[in-house]
Amino acid sequence: MSTAAVAPPPDSRVNYLNANYGFRSWLLTTDHKRIALLYLMSITVMFFIGGAAATLMRLHLITPEGTLVQPATYNKLFTVHGIVMVFFFMIPSIPAVLGNFLVPMMIGAKDLAFPKLNLLSWYIYIVGAGFTLYAILAGGVDTGWTFYTPYSSTYANTQVIAAALGVFITGFSSILTGLNFVVTIHKMRAPGLTWFRMPLFLWAMYATSVIMVLGTPVVAITIVLVALERLLHVGIFDPKLGGDPILFQHLFWFYSHPAVYIMVLPGMGVVSEVIAAFSRKRIFGYSMVAFSSLAIAVISFLVWGHHMFVTGQSIYAGLIFSVLSFLVAIPSAIKVFNWTATLYKGSISYQAPMLYALGFIGLFTMGGLTGLFLASLATDVHLNGTYFIVAHFHYIMVGGTVMAYMAGIHFWWPKITGRLYPDGWARFAALLIFVGFNLTFFPQFMLGYLGMPRRYATYPAEFQVLNVMSSAGASILGIAYLIPLVYLIWSMRYGKIAGPNPWNATGLEWKTASPPITENFEETPVVTEEAYDYEHMPPMPSSAELAGEGDAHV
Amino acid sequence: MRTGERFNPAIEYFLKGRMLKAFTLPILAALDWPGIPLRPEPGSTIAEGVDKLHFFLTGITFIFTVIIFSTILYFAIKYRRREGNLQPAATKTIMALEITWTVIPAAICALIFVWSSSLYFENSRAPNASMEIFVVGKQWMWHLQHPEGPREINELHVPLGVPVKLTMTSEDVIHDFYVPAFRIKKDVLPGRYTSIWFQATQTGKFHFFCAQYCGMEHAGMIGWVYVMTPGDYEVWLAGGAKGESMTQAGARLFTQYGCDTCHKPDETGKGPSLNGIFGKPQKLKDGRTLDVDETFIRQAITNPNSMPLENYAPVMPTFQGQLNEEQILDLMAYVKSLGALERKAK
Repeated sequence: MSTAAVAPPPDSRVNYLNANYGFRSWLLTTDHKRIALLYLMSITVMFFIGGAAATLMRLHLITPEGTLVQPATYNKLFTVHGIVMVFFFMIPSIPAVLGNFLVPMMIGAKDLAFPKLNLLSWYIYIVGAGFTLYAILAGGVDTGWTFYTPYSSTYANTQVIAAALGVFITGFSSILTGLNFVVTIHKMRAPGLTWFRMPLFLWAMYATSVIMVLGTPVVAITIVLVALERLLHVGIFDPKLGGDPILFQHLFWFYSHPAVYIMVLPGMGVVSEVIAAFSRKRIFGYSMVAFSSLAIAVISFLVWGHHMFVTGQSIYAGLIFSVLSFLVAIPSAIKVFNWTATLYKGSISYQAPMLYALGFIGLFTMGGLTGLFLASLATDVHLNGTYFIVAHFHYIMVGGTVMAYMAGIHFWWPKITGRLYPDGWARFAALLIFVGFNLTFFPQFMLGYLGMPRRYATYPAEFQVLNVMSSAGASILGIAYLIPLVYLIWSMRYGKIAGPNPWNATGLEWKTASPPITENFEETPVVTEEAYDYEHMPPMPSSAELAGEGDAHV
Repeated sequence: MRTGERFNPAIEYFLKGRMLKAFTLPILAALDWPGIPLRPEPGSTIAEGVDKLHFFLTGITFIFTVIIFSTILYFAIKYRRREGNLQPAATKTIMALEITWTVIPAAICALIFVWSSSLYFENSRAPNASMEIFVVGKQWMWHLQHPEGPREINELHVPLGVPVKLTMTSEDVIHDFYVPAFRIKKDVLPGRYTSIWFQATQTGKFHFFCAQYCGMEHAGMIGWVYVMTPGDYEVWLAGGAKGESMTQAGARLFTQYGCDTCHKPDETGKGPSLNGIFGKPQKLKDGRTLDVDETFIRQAITNPNSMPLENYAPVMPTFQGQLNEEQILDLMAYVKSLGALERKAK
């Protein structure tokens, strides 16, 4: 993807970060890059709140009787962990931070289609997060992030309404972001940037946005129904009021299963970019990878019933949902094979983004394959509701998406801040996260098959050894996540100047200054090549070159 | 509904055939070494089948993970960035490869689907001659009731080698009855009945858990299944059966709540006779025809107006809130026994 006559401007120029100063210039900004940074700060705070809850849970579970808290508190901890991590970290993570920053830059536009709507979506997120934090401080909520009825609608006497309202409100932030991306990608691509010249990150963002727009309203409606039953005793879910307890699960998973792909597809997009850049190859089977994103988006709406194999739903419904769940596994497998094949005859470097991306492939593979156990009716009966499920979705969500998010943050950090971070520390943190993650979650697969149910504040003694292993891993993981926080913040002031394209990567975002100017490009770029034209790019600098270059690179 | 039917005799041969046994038996044997256990004790007739599928899937996972990891590692070393390999040639997409790695996973998924679904069908079907136990979940304990009378809390005594069917409901929120050793699990729902069955294959005690989060003491909602030899079970039952049986309790409630004033055995009351009604279809005013099963009877007691019968005036009052779930189960046992009596008389 080369551009005509766009000279990289010198780094001393005015950029989006120093164009103006003061709180107003940030809080009223419509610059997608600044909004991305607002999101980055907000979701980082939420990540560490959710992480703190997880750390307390793992500490508590070191002994069978529970070491730390009362069962009621434990229940609130896992609920907070789930709600905060799913709705306030994972769902906005890559779309709202990296997507916001990169979608306009990757298509050669000045901003998203609706910049004010973009700012509004951040404010909506903040209001939603505020309600949820209020729910935590005002005594907590103990329904689990899934809000199953009739427990949530009738029996729980914690801050269900405030927490649910937080989730309801933040849903609109996703809808608006999704809408903005869909319109932007359709209407604002630079001249020459046809659909099949787009980087795969954009395909992934597009598929994700479609799910956000179509799925999120359903969960919003569902939450309203829970609130109606809880506040006004309208019989919807509680059989004592004439409702149907299972109806909630249909509605909830109709959104929340596709939401898994809201969380994973963007990660797949990031990994496609990173793998291409660090192996200097066009992604193998570009169109297969692009179409598999769309296939996942479509099929993901048809598999919700696999969460409900043991609810007593008809065994024929179970069969249909089982076969569709196997079907959704295939596009994911195709992606893994294509990423692996991309490495073939490449020229592979191992800076931190690549380590995270390779970690993603490995852990996502394990997460995906263990999904087969749960799509299979006969084994799901035994595994549903146990730690096996917990391990499976953490391999997808943390091993997959969080690794990809870290890959993306490390890959585009020089573009976002104009500075390089210390790569040695970054690689060390990546390895530590990989080790800590596996030690935390692999024992949970075994615990699940042995029969330990999830959401247990205390447990029979025979499960202790594996629980201690898991808690030990969690302590490594907890520390490992703090390291990037330190060196990334450090790098903003003391890191080496990155230059416009430190990785010699393709893509329009690398053709402008780092950090970019407020308008992104001096003049609208024109695209004449396919994506990932690494054949015609200079090689990836070595680690020594990257570290030594510094200020000399202009 | 012939739920136990296989999809295809060839697949059945494959699944039950020697090829699979040769493959899975050594795995299962290796799993039972006395280090860290990899599976719960196999305590029911369905456990081995589920374990075979599970460890087959574990094998698939292991093989694919090794293939992916070792390929990445091999490429990562062989094609690392170094002098002479700084600017590789462009990627060419090979369609044959794409098709290969679409078709192979699809075929494996199809195999797993057929295997697991047929096993699930087989495991879902309770044998006709099952002994019945009734289970009521409530925050945060399990009530388990034998038709002969004994009621247990968080304990369940059953005989070895006899199929046992659990008919379950909840007094409040959704619970889930889970016996890892038997590889069985089913949600226990308020307002309707679900059922599972098992046939124990060894004596001993096995944990059961609530596997659906149900509030504060969710983790305390656990208990033990005691599997006893049929002889021991008879002794236990005789020692425990102090009060009335479920049918007797149901008969008492039937009179106490005045059910018998309308539901007369000879069709002379305002309501239908209940003799032999269980399992038979009933016509509703709205044109539907429903089989009289547990859920039907429960709804007829708690919310009769929601299902007015053809040929009868909708005069039955609701008993919602007057009867608890155990009492409804007693009444149900009584109604079922009325059917049995009539069948005997014929």
